[in-house]
Amino acid sequence: MIKLDNVYKSFGNNHVLRGVDLEIQRGESMVVIGGSGTGKSVTLKSVLGLVTPDSGVITLDGEDVTKAERDAFLARFGMLFQGGALFDSLSIWENVAFRLLRGSLKRPKAEAREIAIEKLRRVGLKPEVADQFPSELSGGMQKRVGLARAIAAEPEIIFFDEPTTGLDPIMSGVINELIREIVVEMGATAMTITHDMTSVRAIADKVAMLHEGVIQWTGAVADMDTCGDPYVEQFIQGRAEGPIEAVR
Amino acid sequence: MMSPTAALAAIGRPALALLAAIGRLALFVFDTISHLFRPPFYLKELRDALVSIGYFSLPVVGLTAFFTGGALALQIYSGGARFNAEAVVPQIVAIGMVRELGPVLAGLMIAARVTSSIAAEIATMKVTEQIDALVTLSTNPMKYLTLPRVLAATIAGPILVGVADIIGIFGGYTVATGRLGFNTAAYLQNTVNFIEFTDITSSLVKGAAFGFIAAVMGCYYGMNSGRGAQGVGQATKLSVVAAAVMILAANYMLTGLFFTS
Ligand SMILES: Nc1ncnc2c1ncn2[C@@H]1O[C@H](COP(=O)(O)OP(=O)(O)OP(=O)(O)O)[C@@H](O)[C@H]1O
Ligand SMILES: [Mg+2]
Repeated sequence: MIKLDNVYKSFGNNHVLRGVDLEIQRGESMVVIGGSGTGKSVTLKSVLGLVTPDSGVITLDGEDVTKAERDAFLARFGMLFQGGALFDSLSIWENVAFRLLRGSLKRPKAEAREIAIEKLRRVGLKPEVADQFPSELSGGMQKRVGLARAIAAEPEIIFFDEPTTGLDPIMSGVINELIREIVVEMGATAMTITHDMTSVRAIADKVAMLHEGVIQWTGAVADMDTCGDPYVEQFIQGRAEGPIEAVR
Repeated sequence: MMSPTAALAAIGRPALALLAAIGRLALFVFDTISHLFRPPFYLKELRDALVSIGYFSLPVVGLTAFFTGGALALQIYSGGARFNAEAVVPQIVAIGMVRELGPVLAGLMIAARVTSSIAAEIATMKVTEQIDALVTLSTNPMKYLTLPRVLAATIAGPILVGVADIIGIFGGYTVATGRLGFNTAAYLQNTVNFIEFTDITSSLVKGAAFGFIAAVMGCYYGMNSGRGAQGVGQATKLSVVAAAVMILAANYMLTGLFFTS
């Protein structure tokens, strides 16, 4: 359903993506792993058109994303940003219900608020936080609000950029289960970036490893441990020695 | 010694860069205005912007105008005394405030207060990916952030300038009648008789233009901010400088347009 074909992206002399090929099927949960700074976030943003690739083609259901009708295209997506990216001028529930308060999905305020509170509950937040502002919450709480906002309008494709970073192990477990649920029950297609190997095993159908600007390895999560790829092995075992240099 | 081609290149490069910058700014302005005619419209954002840009600028604009009007009265009185023309204080204060000082001071205060805060806010949103988040939530940042602010500033500009004109004249009046011995009724009479309709329209048109410039520059630099806290600082600084210079340049051009025939 989503296909990246030979995607390149540089920022000045920093050649981040150097020919990324990746395919995600409908209803599949793809997890992208890879070292810090290898361009995982840039890859997600390229699909959404927030970053314009220098070359290569990205398609959604066979249609080039740069040619798609923007509003209809974006209405199918939800995205959790790595830093949360909550609007600090709006209260928590208005953040979560942003899509439901304006545009084509607009609905009555009371109903939008109710949905927001329900989504907050699903990410482990009490209704009391609804009227607070982002600056009043801890980093992990902000992250979960960002997650609630990404899933609020029940999009069919959801991107999660490090959903469990900064969360305690129990909360990580809750979020992993939630993502799995969204994929299995709602039939959503998910693409998740994470450094957390527990999360990878909990959420992924398929795993792709990004290294030096290309997809080094991709395959089913069950094959990850036995794939024999030295890069993947070093990464999942967290060894300092191996083909991946520690300084990059 | 520079070779001729190197010399030409040294002139050409900044000239091209300047043209490119003007082009980008023009596109930004066109894009902003085009959203005026394309729904959806974000009325709540417009209302919030009107309050923060218009209403909360009143104190600073009023104070500036009051002191300037007072100082102007003192200067004209002492300057006029050199050729026995002390009596022109009400007329000159009125014309000076309404034609030039009211609009320019209000414009510069808007640049200081509004441009800087718009640029810093939008740049911070950019740096923390809030602008990206808006896009993914199917909301056009130009429509949601830029247009309401530009519209609000263009509406608030003339109002603030009108207030500056009145308070400036009142400042002159306070000083002239309180310290310089002018008759209160005669002062007001002279002021009202002297001001012409074009003085007022030029003043308000300038206000609209300066408000527009102030908000556009804030949004433009904010949207094009670099990364990190440094990017935000740089965007804020550049936006205020650019807005102030453009307001003064626009003031000269509008004065030329209105008062030379
Ligand atoms: N807008 C941008 N301008 C310039 N450089 C950028 C920009 N966005 C990303 N980069 C650069 O691209 C590289 C990859 O960034 P990216 O955020 O995709 O890394 P990542 O794989 O998500 O890392 P992490 O796991 O630490 O989040 C980095 O070197 C970063 O500095
Ligand atoms: Mg990242």
